[in-house]
Amino acid sequence: MKVAVLKGGRSLERGVSLRSGARVEDALERLGHEVLPIDVGADLVKRLVAERPDVAFVAMHGIGGEDGTVQELLEILGIPFTGPGAAACARCMDKVQGKDAIELAGLPTPQWFAFNQTAFREFGAADALGRLEETLGFPLVVKPSRGGSSLGVKFARSAGEVPQALVSAFSYDDRVLLERFVDGRELAVSILGDEPLPVVEAILLEGDRYDFEARYEIGRTRFDVPADLSAEEHRAVTEAALGTYGALGCTGFARIDLILASDGPWLLEANAIPGLTDTSLLPQAAEAAGLSFEQLVERILDLALTPQGVS
Amino acid sequence: MAEVPEPTHRRRSHAGTRDLERYAGLFAERTGVMRSSAMRDLMAITARPEVISLAGGLPDTSTFPPQSFAAQMTRIAQESAAKALQYGPTEGFEETKDCILEVMGAEGMLPDPDDIIVTTGGQQAIDLVCKTLIDPGDVVICEAPTYPGAIPTLCSYQADVVQVECDEDGMQVEVLEELLAELRSEGRRPKFIYSVPSFQNPAGVTMSLQRRRRLVELARTEELLVVEDNPYGLLRYGGEPLPPLYQLDGGDFVIYLGTFSKILSPGIRLGWAVAPPPVMEKIVLGKQAADLCTSTLTQYFVREYFAERRWQLYVDDLVEIYRRRRDTMVEALRDNFPAEATWTEPEGGLFIWATLPDYIDTSDLLAKALRADVAFVPGQAAYVDGRGSHSMRLNFSGVDEDEIREGVRRIGKVIAEQVELYGALTGEVPLPEPEEESAPNVFPFRKAGEAG
Repeated sequence: MKVAVLKGGRSLERGVSLRSGARVEDALERLGHEVLPIDVGADLVKRLVAERPDVAFVAMHGIGGEDGTVQELLEILGIPFTGPGAAACARCMDKVQGKDAIELAGLPTPQWFAFNQTAFREFGAADALGRLEETLGFPLVVKPSRGGSSLGVKFARSAGEVPQALVSAFSYDDRVLLERFVDGRELAVSILGDEPLPVVEAILLEGDRYDFEARYEIGRTRFDVPADLSAEEHRAVTEAALGTYGALGCTGFARIDLILASDGPWLLEANAIPGLTDTSLLPQAAEAAGLSFEQLVERILDLALTPQGVS
Repeated sequence: MAEVPEPTHRRRSHAGTRDLERYAGLFAERTGVMRSSAMRDLMAITARPEVISLAGGLPDTSTFPPQSFAAQMTRIAQESAAKALQYGPTEGFEETKDCILEVMGAEGMLPDPDDIIVTTGGQQAIDLVCKTLIDPGDVVICEAPTYPGAIPTLCSYQADVVQVECDEDGMQVEVLEELLAELRSEGRRPKFIYSVPSFQNPAGVTMSLQRRRRLVELARTEELLVVEDNPYGLLRYGGEPLPPLYQLDGGDFVIYLGTFSKILSPGIRLGWAVAPPPVMEKIVLGKQAADLCTSTLTQYFVREYFAERRWQLYVDDLVEIYRRRRDTMVEALRDNFPAEATWTEPEGGLFIWATLPDYIDTSDLLAKALRADVAFVPGQAAYVDGRGSHSMRLNFSGVDEDEIREGVRRIGKVIAEQVELYGALTGEVPLPEPEEESAPNVFPFRKAGEAG
């Protein structure tokens, strides 16, 4: 089968995407497929039209590749592709849209308020900050609505830290959200097709728990797969993740990030195209389920070629 | 339309996390401090062709005459092919050392050729000094900010890096003295003090003569080693030349590091170290273990190049080009950066260090700047402890004047947006002059950068 691997692009997560893509290409070659690597640029459509791949493996992260843009193009060109469809990608990429959908489905997500820059620049939204800080309490989390990894995510421990955190978050997107901080265990549930894979827990080994960078540095965070959960916790966590997957309209695969607090799981976000590098969580979870990376890639391809529809 | 075939012999990546763990179990402890980060990923994007990168530290190699390059290489091929393709002595060729003596002589230094080792770039010289002197946990003192490329080297030898703030006259030697006293009271003795005294990378500042004398005196009385890294000494665009620490000290307590990268070419990977004989003996053993010898071919190239006796003229040309670029950047900063920003106005070298209001994190700003197709180095890269987050390093040697103007204009625009946003968030109209103290990582320069 001729498989186009779409990777790179202009997003801030280009580096991770290139690593994900390279690893997928290796696996596809080992599986005996004809691989067409594409570092996505202005000639994407031309190349896809000229090459007519049987399927596109989307190994892109961040804006452009994970927000539905590339998926929309592939839908127009009639090329089957891996991972969620354009609409689901758009909902996953935008945390505000995603949280709306999660809440609408009756699932718990930490309370939040979203603002765009115009609200502050033109409508004096700053005057409302005090009120929402009272509602959310401290510390609170400030995030760009669209953004990957930990980029631009800041904790504010007091009102004085909020404006600076907002300035940082607005560096990544025109819309940001302020979210209640939920204390608990950080879990990630990868879903393949409609099967939840073993749950991954991120455990910060050293440094400030409010330092997001630490979470993505090898050696500063340990990942436990499968997470040490009671049967009851496991059920609650996977149900919440599956509910989110469905609420967002995901197909193929996705990774749901959540916090397990003393009062149960709180859903944070879904990643439509989780990383596929050798330190990424989805491959780790698949491996814990007994799937090698090749088997994972093959399964993802199968899912792309036999769409399941929205569950 | 170009059909670029992908390389077919790429190393295969490994199958799974078990593999990763298998390797990780074998890793040396020192790899634990070698860190990758989201910011490093961000820097990967600066290589996009549409991005004006003020992030690099690249000298301009475009004016080096190709015919001269060709003539020298031809001469080497015709006259010394066998030797140029052979191993050479670990210390480097005597002829290369003669060239080094010329370069150092131009700054008033006259070392014994036996004290010199030719290295694979100045970076290897730093590495070899660390290899020779640092045990895990040893204290090494650096400037704050310091050369970002020295940090991974120091960390890989597990040094305990302590940074001493700079001001417009370079490392604050008074603060260093206090630090030394404090360390002494803890029973700790720093292995060496690393300094780029002239046109420092990244801050662009130059250590005053008074401080140079005091530093050398301290080294002598306390029997400490100073590692003087001087890649830019000959790239002076204004002011009076100052004697290198090596010259002031005579070479007893100063290890000197030099390079051909900034006066000829970084591609030839040729640098050197000068050290007292007992230290040099160990450095040579370290070099032998690392790579036996520095490239013979490029040493021959330098020999031929210096034989033309044009090297100083070429440096003069570079000085002219860089002076104009520095002036262009300073002017562009005045025109485009907000009144609250400060920056250094270096008398030489390749870099300007700009400091923004303390509510702007330059790592985050970089994301916004990249969307505007411009890049810089966030200040955090020059600190071991996360400070520097309101500063940035700007390079003016690697791009032409039009690009400098446009690049600074783009950065100025994204900063202005953040300043305005902060004003809207706090209801504060940004002050034309911020309070003097604020966060500790604000580089204390108010002198040079007062924008109109």
